[in-house]
Amino acid sequence: MSIRAEHELHQRRKGRNVGVGLMLGAFVVLVLALTFVKITSGDFEMPRIEEQQ
Amino acid sequence: MTDVSFQNPVQTDEASLGDYFALMKPRVMQLVVFTALVGLLAAPVNVHPVIAFASILFVAIGAGASGALNMWWDADIDQVMKRTAKRPIPAGKVTSEEAKILGFALSGMSVMMLALSANFLAAGLLAFTIFFYIVIYSMWLKRSTPQNIVIGGAAGAFPPVIGWVIATGSMAIEPWLMFALIFMWTPPHFWALALFMKADYHNAGVPMLTVTHGRKSTRTHILVYTVLLVALAVGTAFTAIGGPVYLATALVLNAMFLKGAYDIWRRDEAQSEVDGYKVEKSFFKLSLWYLFLHFGAILVEAFLPATWGIWS
Repeated sequence: MSIRAEHELHQRRKGRNVGVGLMLGAFVVLVLALTFVKITSGDFEMPRIEEQQ
Repeated sequence: MTDVSFQNPVQTDEASLGDYFALMKPRVMQLVVFTALVGLLAAPVNVHPVIAFASILFVAIGAGASGALNMWWDADIDQVMKRTAKRPIPAGKVTSEEAKILGFALSGMSVMMLALSANFLAAGLLAFTIFFYIVIYSMWLKRSTPQNIVIGGAAGAFPPVIGWVIATGSMAIEPWLMFALIFMWTPPHFWALALFMKADYHNAGVPMLTVTHGRKSTRTHILVYTVLLVALAVGTAFTAIGGPVYLATALVLNAMFLKGAYDIWRRDEAQSEVDGYKVEKSFFKLSLWYLFLHFGAILVEAFLPATWGIWS
């Protein structure tokens, strides 16, 4: 039989997990935004493959 | 961890997210964010808001990581001192091992991400700042010399330089003026704290000036460093980061600060005991406003066109 009673400890753990999840989500969004800004800025150049060959 | 812990009352001390955040010394992070932001905005180069936000965030995370590493290394001292006894490690909420892992992980992550979002010079400066705060200050100076806070104060002075380098990618004299301002401000700020924290540092065996040279000598040191700071802070008004707004702010604040330092110097322990270190406490509080408003004035000057007198 599984334990179903909600303990204060479980709430705290849940709060921690939700917090870490939100931070990771925000980090992904931030990296995405940074990438977008970097590749759309004027000084960004794609490497030219034909020149390397 | 399994649900078996449900029956174990000891496990109810498990840390919350806020306890891990407290490891990162949020108040110090506020100062770091603000001064780094001023350094970034005072630089003569416009930075894309997303890059500026991300870079300052990574500087803040780097500062937080140093805070966690400092709490790991100084857990024994924090336990003895009243001021720090409620920090997550001495309070038994987070283990020192967890603080160490969090500190190292966030240090590496913040430096790498700053290199990607800004440039390698800014990232190198952040790495050096973390190294300076942990190895030079926490591990070496703090427990060995009364000059700990004087030299160690450099760690807290780097953020505006990092902010400037985030924007420009190169060094200049201006951010080092901001560095000097924080560097000279740190000793009187912490010595005032040491005066009214009384026996805290003595009990912890930390060789603060109050412990090694006595309290009268500490009062004299506060006055001398304040005089030097006043000269530097007012003189900065006539440099590229200064201006009329900064000069007006500096004149008022430095007059108040100098008076506070003089009042501290004039008093002895008996007088301080009578009023519960009122003057020392108000000087400490003023020192927080002092730094905030000086950097606020530098920020205002950065957005104002210099149009008159020596600033034109």
